[in-house]
Amino acid sequence: MPELIAKGPFDGVEPLVMAGLTLAPVEDGPIWSIALLPGGAKAAAKALKPLGLAFPGPGGISEKAGLRLVWTGRDQAFLFGDLPAGLEGAAVVTDQSGGWAGVTLTGPGAARALGRLVAVDVRLAAFPVGGVVRTGLNHMSAVILRTGEDAFEIRVFRSMARTCWHELAEVLRHLGARAPLSA
Amino acid sequence: MRLTCPLCGPRDRREFYYYGAEDYLNRPDAGAPGSAWDDYLHNRDNPAGMTRDLWYHEQGCAQWLIVTRNTVTHAVTAVDLVAGRQGAAT
Repeated sequence: MPELIAKGPFDGVEPLVMAGLTLAPVEDGPIWSIALLPGGAKAAAKALKPLGLAFPGPGGISEKAGLRLVWTGRDQAFLFGDLPAGLEGAAVVTDQSGGWAGVTLTGPGAARALGRLVAVDVRLAAFPVGGVVRTGLNHMSAVILRTGEDAFEIRVFRSMARTCWHELAEVLRHLGARAPLSA
Repeated sequence: MRLTCPLCGPRDRREFYYYGAEDYLNRPDAGAPGSAWDDYLHNRDNPAGMTRDLWYHEQGCAQWLIVTRNTVTHAVTAVDLVAGRQGAAT
């Protein structure tokens, strides 16, 4: 068996700081898809409760002690962190680790910048901190988390990592070019 | 055009994929006569008014939706999940 070399989706990519915004890669640990089986909600809730987690409803995130459950669909959530025991029989669990690539976009006006690529309203009033949306980032399917008033985490399929970076970097460059003109 | 996904809320039309008439949900039994299959596969109404069709929330929650809309006024009156409806497979 040949020795395979593990490579991250953003190996060698440095954070980009421009227009007061920072675009940076995220290094994810394990990611699990937890898809509830019909009638499995109760058993799943029981397994998650001791961890301080609750299965999130649409647009919700449940977070505790390094574990994060992010809503991704009907009766489905992604778990970031180590898989807890007790979900067998309640949900179908599949390993998504390495299948997704993440970046953070932070800084004042991050929502305005993101709004250039996303058709949903990402202003604070419509997309509060601690929420998640599944939507399109330009032409890519994305999972977008709002981690702060001026902070977003964006995840796309790993195959789209560089495209995602390119699109967001382009936004930062455009905003950076405009800044001196509107000063 | 926007559709209000029951899970995701109001979303741009570009997030959705249009499939066709709601008739696709009513598949005839395997032993049904040819005419039933003919209707199922080929024969569609073309109403001026209310129509119900299937859309897929491709760039969102990946759910199939039944959209009730008016072909005359373009009003969208309801968007429902296909999953969980009465008689649906689980």
